[in-house]
Amino acid sequence: MVKNIIDWIDARIPMTATYNRHVGKYATPTNFNFWYFFGSLAMLVLVNQLLTGIWLTMNYVPTAEGAFASIEYIMRDVEYGWLLRYMHSTGASAFFVVIYLHMFRGLIYGSYQKPRELLWLFGMLIFLVLMAEAFMGYLLPWGQMSYWGAQVIISLFGAIPVIGDDLTLWIRGDFVVSGATLNRFFALHVIALPLVLVVLVFLHLIALHEVGSNNPDGIEIKQNKDENGWPKDGIPFHPYYTVKDIMGVAGFLIVFCYVLFFMPEGGGYFLEKPNFEAANPMKTPEHIAPVWYFTPFYAILRAIPDKLLGVVGMGLAIAVLFVLPWLDRCKVKSIRYRSMIHKLNISQFAVSFVVLGYLGAVPATPALTIAARIFTLTYFGFFVALWVYSKNEKTKPVPERLTH
Amino acid sequence: MKKLLIALVTLVPSLAFAAGGSNVPLESANIDLRDTESLQRGLDKFQQYCAGCHSQQYQRYNRVAEDLDISIEDMRNNYMFDETAKVGDLMENAIPDADAAKWFGAAPPDLTLVARVRGEDWIYTYLKSFYRDDSRPFGVNNTVFPSVGMPHVMEELQGLPEPVVESHDGMTKVTGVKPGTAGSLSAEEYDQVVRDITGYLVYSGDPVKLERESLGWWVMGFLFIFFIVAYLLKKEYWRDVH
Repeated sequence: MVKNIIDWIDARIPMTATYNRHVGKYATPTNFNFWYFFGSLAMLVLVNQLLTGIWLTMNYVPTAEGAFASIEYIMRDVEYGWLLRYMHSTGASAFFVVIYLHMFRGLIYGSYQKPRELLWLFGMLIFLVLMAEAFMGYLLPWGQMSYWGAQVIISLFGAIPVIGDDLTLWIRGDFVVSGATLNRFFALHVIALPLVLVVLVFLHLIALHEVGSNNPDGIEIKQNKDENGWPKDGIPFHPYYTVKDIMGVAGFLIVFCYVLFFMPEGGGYFLEKPNFEAANPMKTPEHIAPVWYFTPFYAILRAIPDKLLGVVGMGLAIAVLFVLPWLDRCKVKSIRYRSMIHKLNISQFAVSFVVLGYLGAVPATPALTIAARIFTLTYFGFFVALWVYSKNEKTKPVPERLTH
Repeated sequence: MKKLLIALVTLVPSLAFAAGGSNVPLESANIDLRDTESLQRGLDKFQQYCAGCHSQQYQRYNRVAEDLDISIEDMRNNYMFDETAKVGDLMENAIPDADAAKWFGAAPPDLTLVARVRGEDWIYTYLKSFYRDDSRPFGVNNTVFPSVGMPHVMEELQGLPEPVVESHDGMTKVTGVKPGTAGSLSAEEYDQVVRDITGYLVYSGDPVKLERESLGWWVMGFLFIFFIVAYLLKKEYWRDVH
């Protein structure tokens, strides 16, 4: 009976073939480690954001007059509204934690290298859209930090010569951030950008399954196949990695739910204190800091004395990641078999990113500004150095088969 | 407009220097959300001394009554000053913003969420830090909130403290308060009143906190078990890989 139904469907759309291609018979390297949990976790968090977002939308009022009160209505009067809201707000931060770790995985194991350049580019586009999505979402609670954060960030576009002023006006739909801005950000946050995000995730997965997963050894398992054409170092994604990812999900949820139930403000980093005060265009908060996941880039912006160059620097800090596959000219992918200088370079890059994140979150002092400048240089220095040494890098011999 | 925004952006780092406003060390409020009687007293004092000017427009009378173990009748008879209000209404009985702005220079802020904006220690210290300052419109100032626009509404309870003034390089600065005129309460009794009000405001800011945390332990318990099951399942499946 079930078989008849499946046959009937398969004769009309390639259901079984698609399942086998992407899950049932997708050959996955046997040696995935801790770093390989974050792809599936990103998917989990995306679904969390989409579902809680839908339910939040049912009670949220996207107007300057009603937005702030409607959030408190959700927090107090909607049954388990507080749970939905905290799932969504904690989920936003969790999304960036997961994505940053996922990107770092790609960085250390050379997952961006040929033939996975397009996979990396789709991933970078996801990151870019995610930042836009998060930025617009943060305006919706219409708190003080929502309002002033948006005011500052949008005004950055004003630094662009000639068109800057008109561009900021066009983005805001008003001369200052106002209800008009809130309405359009709401539309983009709940419909336009999620659609783009889902399409990009789809493309990201299609690209991944076309070229196959990289692994901690950075070698292609497709180059060693048995007589049936199945990679010797491959196992089907299901059931092996489905059960393993379920374990990862359980571990992730322990951390996620701890934050959600016991510290939903995330120490003032996930939900900033001034955001519990309704937006007031007449009153500037003492210290405007973006949410933590933007602070590394914000630190770069502040580190550069000239406003236009600051904006350019911030943009470059993200743009340079797009061309990473072409900056790295080494043929060896994994950090395991690359030179000491590469290991040091990646380490200093990770440190720079974290320190910049800290510097972007605290008020600037002259000493901290100098620190931000130094770490801005080391951030970009990573890419320059990589391009220079990767051409003739002294690498270790790469194994034929996966190691565990 | 452009200039304003540029000024805004360039001001951001320098504004940050001014952050904090006052550097008075905050006292620990030491509140207990499980002490329902303290929260009830806090509501009582809040409605008596604060609610005349400050609204709590995001919470409802009946929700507070339920959470604080007060009967609806009690709430209606003692704490609902607006005759036309219903028990399911939001607690927005304060004076109109326009009038308030005229009287105080700025409209008194809504206090539903003040504990989440300022923190409990700030509220506790603030309510204890009014002092006599004849140069101010209401004759009082506050070390935690310099040039504050509100009078010391609980002066009849605390009395009016005197400022502790220190001089540095010819600049005088108020660094604290010391007892001045006496009020109807002792210092300890006044501290308790302030602690009760602070506790009530912490409750108002996040009324679901206790429920959230008790639910949280169940969720954590479930997840730990789920993790163990998932781990064993993974181990079982992976036996034939390694």
